Amino acid sequence: MSSNRINWFKYSSPATFYPLAGKLAPWFTAIAVILIMVGLYMGFFVAPTDYKQGEGYRIIFVHVPASWMSMFIYLVMAFWAAMGLVFNTRMSGMMVQSLAPTGAMFTFLALWTGAFWGKPMWGTWWVWDARLTSELILFFLYIGYIALHSSIDDNRRADRATAILVLVGVVNIPIIYYSVQWWNTLHQGASVSVKSGSSMASVMLISMLIMAFAFWAYTIAISLARVRSIILERERDKQWVSELPEIKQ
Amino acid sequence: MKARQKRLIFILVGLAILGLATWLVFNALGNNMSYFYSPTEVVQKKAPENHVFRLGGMVVNDSVQRGKELTVRFAVTDTANVVNVEYTGILPDLFEEGQGVIAQGKLADSGIFVASEVLAKHDENYMPPEVADALKKAGMKPGGGKQ
Repeated sequence: MSSNRINWFKYSSPATFYPLAGKLAPWFTAIAVILIMVGLYMGFFVAPTDYKQGEGYRIIFVHVPASWMSMFIYLVMAFWAAMGLVFNTRMSGMMVQSLAPTGAMFTFLALWTGAFWGKPMWGTWWVWDARLTSELILFFLYIGYIALHSSIDDNRRADRATAILVLVGVVNIPIIYYSVQWWNTLHQGASVSVKSGSSMASVMLISMLIMAFAFWAYTIAISLARVRSIILERERDKQWVSELPEIKQ
Repeated sequence: MKARQKRLIFILVGLAILGLATWLVFNALGNNMSYFYSPTEVVQKKAPENHVFRLGGMVVNDSVQRGKELTVRFAVTDTANVVNVEYTGILPDLFEEGQGVIAQGKLADSGIFVASEVLAKHDENYMPPEVADALKKAGMKPGGGKQ
């Protein structure tokens, strides 16, 4: 029984996580590429035109999954930041560092596609309502994390200092998610929620969910690839790195 | 107690206090966080007088009157109360009777809300036109209940 249980703590060491990440990354890359192709095809060619917005609504196939990822990646970063502070593990800080640029990218994508949709539908690129403003603050949190981390030379100290920033910023996530319920906003309510199900035609919903899974796979693939280079950079003086076949040559 | 358990408790208590502080702040801000006022709030004089504010609600059916040039008059309701709006300018594509709008402007002495900007508020329902037609024939609003 105990022999076939996976010992998760084994992978908290960079030396064991590095080859695991290398093995997993190509698989998630393949899944991401296939799902993005399927999802975009279904979103642009299979899903029907909306009764009111016409073709312009198709931006949701990128906008909604990107917004979900922008919030979810931040929660994962906060989880790793807390783990790093509590257990003092080396991998945690590197995971946070590897996720941040992808989170910032998805936040920017959500804001950008939202502006493009807002101009024809609402009549404005941008309004300072609670949903849009809190998402913009999330973007600043990502940028702030990246800036603070790169301004501290000692990586371990940078991890600890930025972990506090990431944990403090986590209060923003429920504010973004519930802003459309708590306050009157120009942004519409959620089309998909756990409580009330979905208020979309099912083909539209399926296409959107495929895109969401595609973005998940993309995020996992890119952050595994990124964490490998972070490991190599931080552990470059260690014995195990110099013994790697790709380093030795 | 181990050091790491202490750190864990420290983080959890810290987050709880932070969450409570945020909740108190937003509670104190109350309605100021809202992007617009409803017609009921305007009728009850909760909206600021002699001040620019936003009014949100549904355009009342058969209330849209086109005046000279680009002037449009329509009524906005939240099903309980109605406020008349006057606007001169180009309306967004989604502006329609029975559709949500947000107008920015001032309340004139006559009780008419003079808007300087009108935005269309979209709802969370997405469906193909055939489904919307079928719903209309059945006498329902697209999406069922909300609004």
